[in-house]
Amino acid sequence: MSPEQNVPGSSPHSAATTTNQALESRRSFLFKVSIAVNALVAAAIATPVIGYLLGPIRKKGAYNSWIALGPLSDYHEGETVLATYRNPDTNQWDGDTGKVACYVRREAADTFTVFAVNCAHLGCPVRWFPQSELFMCPCHGGVYYSNGDRAAGPPERGLFTYDYHVTGGKLMINAGQMPTLANEAKLVKGILPCPGTSKPTIG
Amino acid sequence: MPWYKQAYDWVERRVQLEGFVKESAEHPVPRKTASWWYVFGSASFVLLLLQIVTGILLALGYVPSAGSAWASLQVLNHDLPLGWFLRGMHGWGSNFMVAIVLIHMTQVFLFGAYKFPRELTWILGVFLLLMTLGMAFTGQVLRFDQDSYWGLGIGASIVSRVPFVGRELVQFMLGGPIIAGATLTRFFTLHVFVIPATMLAFASLHTWLVLKLGINEWPTPGRLVKRETYIQEYNELSHKDGVAFVPGAVWKDAMFAAGIVLAVAICALMFGPIGPTGVPDPTIVQTAPKPDYFFLWIYTALAFLPPSIETPVILIAPVIGIGIMLALPFVAGLGEKSWHRRPVAVILVMVLAVGFATLTHLGTYVPWSPQMDGWSADPVPIHFVDGTKPLERQGAIVFQEKQCRNCHQMGGLGGRRGPSLDYVATRLTEDQLVRQVIQGGGNMPAYGKTLSPAQVTALVAFLETLHPAHQPIAIDASRHVAETNNPAPKEPVEAIRP
Repeated sequence: MSPEQNVPGSSPHSAATTTNQALESRRSFLFKVSIAVNALVAAAIATPVIGYLLGPIRKKGAYNSWIALGPLSDYHEGETVLATYRNPDTNQWDGDTGKVACYVRREAADTFTVFAVNCAHLGCPVRWFPQSELFMCPCHGGVYYSNGDRAAGPPERGLFTYDYHVTGGKLMINAGQMPTLANEAKLVKGILPCPGTSKPTIG
Repeated sequence: MPWYKQAYDWVERRVQLEGFVKESAEHPVPRKTASWWYVFGSASFVLLLLQIVTGILLALGYVPSAGSAWASLQVLNHDLPLGWFLRGMHGWGSNFMVAIVLIHMTQVFLFGAYKFPRELTWILGVFLLLMTLGMAFTGQVLRFDQDSYWGLGIGASIVSRVPFVGRELVQFMLGGPIIAGATLTRFFTLHVFVIPATMLAFASLHTWLVLKLGINEWPTPGRLVKRETYIQEYNELSHKDGVAFVPGAVWKDAMFAAGIVLAVAICALMFGPIGPTGVPDPTIVQTAPKPDYFFLWIYTALAFLPPSIETPVILIAPVIGIGIMLALPFVAGLGEKSWHRRPVAVILVMVLAVGFATLTHLGTYVPWSPQMDGWSADPVPIHFVDGTKPLERQGAIVFQEKQCRNCHQMGGLGGRRGPSLDYVATRLTEDQLVRQVIQGGGNMPAYGKTLSPAQVTALVAFLETLHPAHQPIAIDASRHVAETNNPAPKEPVEAIRP
């Protein structure tokens, strides 16, 4: 390897008068100050930049709101149908991607289950087959029963479901965000139920 | 003096680059490295430049808006003159670039080129590989179709599995609560500004290191890399038995680069642009999303991971893989370079190649996924119902109508999620068939609630007919005893025993 080059300034040949030394230390002090000033400015600018970048991150449920899925007469007892709505948090340039689909199953007159279309494995859209009463996922073979329970394949849980209520003859669901394992469609409060029980023991 | 020479001199007196360029071009390289094996690095760089040029040209027509991106690709494909060709060049250029970068990396690994003093060159190369794959993925996102949309969904679902900050990371990745306009513009920014700029900087530094440290010499078995002597040995090799890079070695790089660019153009011409597939409308659930070719192996791995270890594997395996690649020059940075004396390296390459090839091949026909139109696309082949009784024929209707064929093949047609049922009667007894249909199991859903007893009877009667003519069906020996209410066998059990 080539020998280390002498850094200018550390050379013994540089002028060594007292005045120059004083000037030298003054200049290197000012240079250090300039670096410090720039570091301060960078930190000051970085704060809003990071704030801007992290802007989309909001609290749990902050994107959710109650959305009308149409009159109850659209849904027949014992049937599962695909329903669509426009996401509440959407822009004009979102185009079709501002739309969201979900499966509505009317169990009884005022009992519903509203499933997310997203497979609980990796989010692909599951398809409903009324003949065999199964939801099948085209990506990795996840299969669910009509009540959303996992039937086969890699998903580690059943389909995500939305909270709903019926107001003025209309079905409303609480939605607004893509459901994932970290952000289930239903707003989960307290502690999750133990496997095999239906109600959380605490919370 | 002619005018162009005067102009050249005028510029040169100011920029003073001639000496540097001449010195770089004529630097000596070991004679044996002027080989066709050494052309893949320069070809990768040429492909990067080709991607930048075709990418800029595509940016003239592309609209990075979720509502309009798909339509603007249709205009590029069909309305703008030669827009289809440029999209083809960019898409096929991407395929070629991933392939050439991988070949380059394999060659560098097998030739021991990552060893002292070229550790940093390798590390930059690892990041360049990751960025090449990052460009391939973000590029696939910009082709804003159904595959792209649901591919983002898979990405978000993977990110959501990160402990503690999964939800925040998903929102950060998507730029909002759902896959929409903000998501596309994020990936557009990555694909067009952030990653290419970083790649250019890294690739330039990578090339600079090749220039400063010299191209790796042809590995000779027994010539070991030692920290104390290597640089001196290399300089002797390149200076005493070397050729000038220009023109001694560069012509092979240039010829190969020309061949590769021509191959990209021919692929673009023959096969045309890649996609877009269907409109990215999430309410159209009749879709079977699939990633591009070079990500199929990940898609396959995700189908085969057991649920219990899936999240740890997804999150930890990439970290370990990248960590091993980055640590390689520090762990094995000295010693033997030749593949003749590095059996572990050769076996590793073979295992990885076979592994990736197998996973990719499986990804092309997705045997783990139900075939969504298996039940409606093909009728039950006639010879399966030829000469059957009414009950059995009714069972064939149940079989077809209840989507059994989405997962089970008959006569070579249908899904491959479950076993083919052509000869199922030879494997399972009547009772076992009834149990399997009603209770499911072994990754088959239970149909007990969906099928009436009459339907189960008919279905199993049909399944019982599925056996070759010369082979009897499987029977449970004890059934006969139970049905005839004749508990005592004709011969004592002891008598049958040997």
